[in-house]
Parts: sequence; C-alpha cells; structure tokens
Amino acid sequence: MTYQLNFSVNQHPIKIAVEPHLTLLEVLRDILGLIGTKEGCGTGSCGACTVLVNGAPVNSCLMLAVEADGQAITTVEGLPTLAKVLKPSQGSGNELHPIQKAFVAHGGVQCGFCTPGILLSSAALLAHNPHPTENEIRDALAGNLCRCTGYDKIVRAVQAAAEEMHNG
Amino acid sequence: MKRFDYLAPQSLGEALEMLSNHPEAIPLAGGTDLLVQMKEGRRSVEALLGLKRVAELHQFACNGTLAFGSAVTVAQIAASPYIQRDFTALAIGAGSIGSVQIRNMATVGGNLCNAAPSADTAPPLLVLGARVIIASTRGERAVHLEQFFLEPGRTILQPGELLKEIIVPKPRAASGSFYIYHTPRTRIGIAVASVAASVTLDAADAITDARVALGAVAPVPLRATQAESLLLGRTLTDALLRDVGATAARESQPIDDVRASAEYRRYLVNVLTQRALRGACARAKGVG
Repeated sequence: MTYQLNFSVNQHPIKIAVEPHLTLLEVLRDILGLIGTKEGCGTGSCGACTVLVNGAPVNSCLMLAVEADGQAITTVEGLPTLAKVLKPSQGSGNELHPIQKAFVAHGGVQCGFCTPGILLSSAALLAHNPHPTENEIRDALAGNLCRCTGYDKIVRAVQAAAEEMHNG
Repeated sequence: MKRFDYLAPQSLGEALEMLSNHPEAIPLAGGTDLLVQMKEGRRSVEALLGLKRVAELHQFACNGTLAFGSAVTVAQIAASPYIQRDFTALAIGAGSIGSVQIRNMATVGGNLCNAAPSADTAPPLLVLGARVIIASTRGERAVHLEQFFLEPGRTILQPGELLKEIIVPKPRAASGSFYIYHTPRTRIGIAVASVAASVTLDAADAITDARVALGAVAPVPLRATQAESLLLGRTLTDALLRDVGATAARESQPIDDVRASAEYRRYLVNVLTQRALRGACARAKGVG
C-alpha cells in the first residue's frame, strides 16, 4: 500500500506516493535524486543524513517519509535558496550560502561526506543563535561525526560564518 | 527496512480504535529507538501506528502542574524555561538525550515506553512524582511511574493500550531537583549511571521531603528509598552526603557489561547521588 505525500523540499511543493517503509532519506536520494544528503550509519549516530524539518535538524535515516507529510524539508541543495530568502537583495539563489563559503575558505571540508549534514546543523544553529560560543557550536554539531578534520577547522568555519552573516 | 503496514490516525479516538483492531501495531512516536531496532533486525514489526497527526499527544500545558502529551519531543521539554525552573531534573534529563537531531525527534513517551534502564527522562520523572495516563478504547487509567517499568524493554502497557500523557505535580515551595549522569564521552553517550534527586526544605534548610532515583544500574529505573529516608529532617552536610551516597550505591543493582563494570557503576551511584543532592538543594534555596 502506498501513501500520498504532500510536502515541500527546498521550497518546491512535491506530491508523490510512497510506501511506508521508506525513510525520508531514501525518498530524497533514490526518488527525488537529491544525493547531497548522505547515508552513513543509517541508525541516527553519525548525522550524515541530517536535513531540516521546518528548520529543525533531524536524522532523515530515522524518519519515515510518510511522516514528512505537510512538512517543509531543507537539504544541502536548498542552502543557496535559503541564503536568498535570508537576504533577498543579494544573490541569484544559486550562490553558496555564507556557511558554505566559510567552510570553503577555512578548510572545513576534507573528504566531504559529513559536510552536507554539518552545513545544515550549522545553519539551524545560526538561525536561532547568531553568536554562538565555541561550546555551543560543538554542542550543536555533536550529532555530526567527521572522521577527517578533527573539528577545529569546522568550528572556525562556523564562527567565521556567524561573523560574516552578522556583518555582511 | 522490511515492509510493514502504516496506520495514520488523525485523532486520539481513532488511534485507540486502530490499536484495538490491530493489537499487533506498534505505536511510532519519534522513531529514534524503534526504527533503529527494526533496521538492526532486533524487532520485527507488522504494523506501525503513526502518532504524528494525533494532536492530543502533542499538547503541553503548564499551570503549576505540568501535563504533556506522550509525543512531545524531548527538545521541547529541554527548551521550556518553565520546566527548567520548576522541574529542573526533567529539563536536564531531556536535554541529555542523544544529539540535537535526536532530541528534535525523540519523545518523552517513547523514552519511557522503550523502557531502557538508562532512559534519561525516567529518574527525573520518578523524583518529581510523575504519573502516566494510559488510554485504550476501554477508558483511561492513571499509574505512578514507579509501577510503569517491568524489565528492560517491557512496561505494564497491555495490548491496545497507549501511553497518552505524563502529569507532574506542582513542586512545593522551597523545592528543587537535579539530574546528573556519567558517560565516558564528552558528548552523546548512553548513561553508564545516572541519578536524579529532588528535595523540599523548611525555613531552617532542613529536608522535609527527598527523593533519589537511579538510572542504568538496575533492570528498571528505581527509587533509592533507604537513601531518601536518611535525608528526612536533616540538613545537608558532607558527612550526611557520604552516608546517603553509600546507601544509594548499596541499593543499586548494577551489572557488568560492555560499557562499565558493576563495581564502577556502584562507585558512580555514590558520587552522582551526592552531586545530584547538592544540585537539588542549591535549587531549592534558589541559588542553583
């Protein structure tokens, strides 16, 4: 049996029929082709599958797609659009979000597998806490495992993004 | 995941009807325990009863007494200034669970019904005197949380019954509560041992009511009643705390497992009980 799913992904309304055993992660990647969202552990520990549901980070590997009905989902592909919404006067909607730019500038990316999830956790943090302390950043990112960088450059990138978003 | 049926009730009445007609259906709240168990093949499920659209289970009311639906997320509980102030142990416990992502999904009802001995909301709710409302098509029953847990993974819920609501009585004046746990990692880890405490003080700072509850050191979260009784009528001193900590450690029933030895867990119960009581007393005096 399939269920009708009406939701928005990166501000595009989407209407599809899904089987109940599919996770939101599977629907995003395998049906909608949004492969920026990664599957790491598949059991909610690593955060590679992090997406925003109504602005709040969740593990999309532990959310049934049918339960996304009526919700607004943001994936890493939607960050440029999100930047445009934050600051309509700037950008074409195709430019990188200030957080993405900061990760590039500060070397917050190595292999890149954890990066989409970390960008979304960072975006959610800065949306409700524009001036986080280092400890608050580390708390916000505790559910996103990176096995390359040791986190220092990631934390610095988030701090730089916070400054940029405040001043710019 | 293996295929399963998904039931999508729109109201509590409909949810209870469906549960009555499909007693094999497992209620799905945040899914952060249940879906992991299903994916790892530890649990086979024929049908899930999705609680997402059942508005009654997402309600949250605080007018002295705290009452909230079982599907309220632990993130909501942890972020509530009212709960942080008057039900401090619960706010700390809810905020101790998993990561930001997990807390945005996980619910207090799910934490209780999963019945892990280490459930972080259980010791706080035990010391705060919580009752749970259990609903079915046959009606409702209120149960003290102490009676709710039977063994790891098992509660008193009968087929067709749903955990509907958690009710926490208004704390008396000059009361305070606290929760503390230990995990070897700095962030995110299942508690190796945890302790919640609540106290009520009189005008001379003597303890008129005290509760201590232990997590991850017995098959179910449990009250340390002998430790509690040592506190009555006394003021908190280092000597008393040492006595109470040692008594709580004797009341715990820990096991050796991959995360810690029973001996280490007993040691932790002693230390954490003392710290939890200090925290609860500080809050009761309004200095926490």
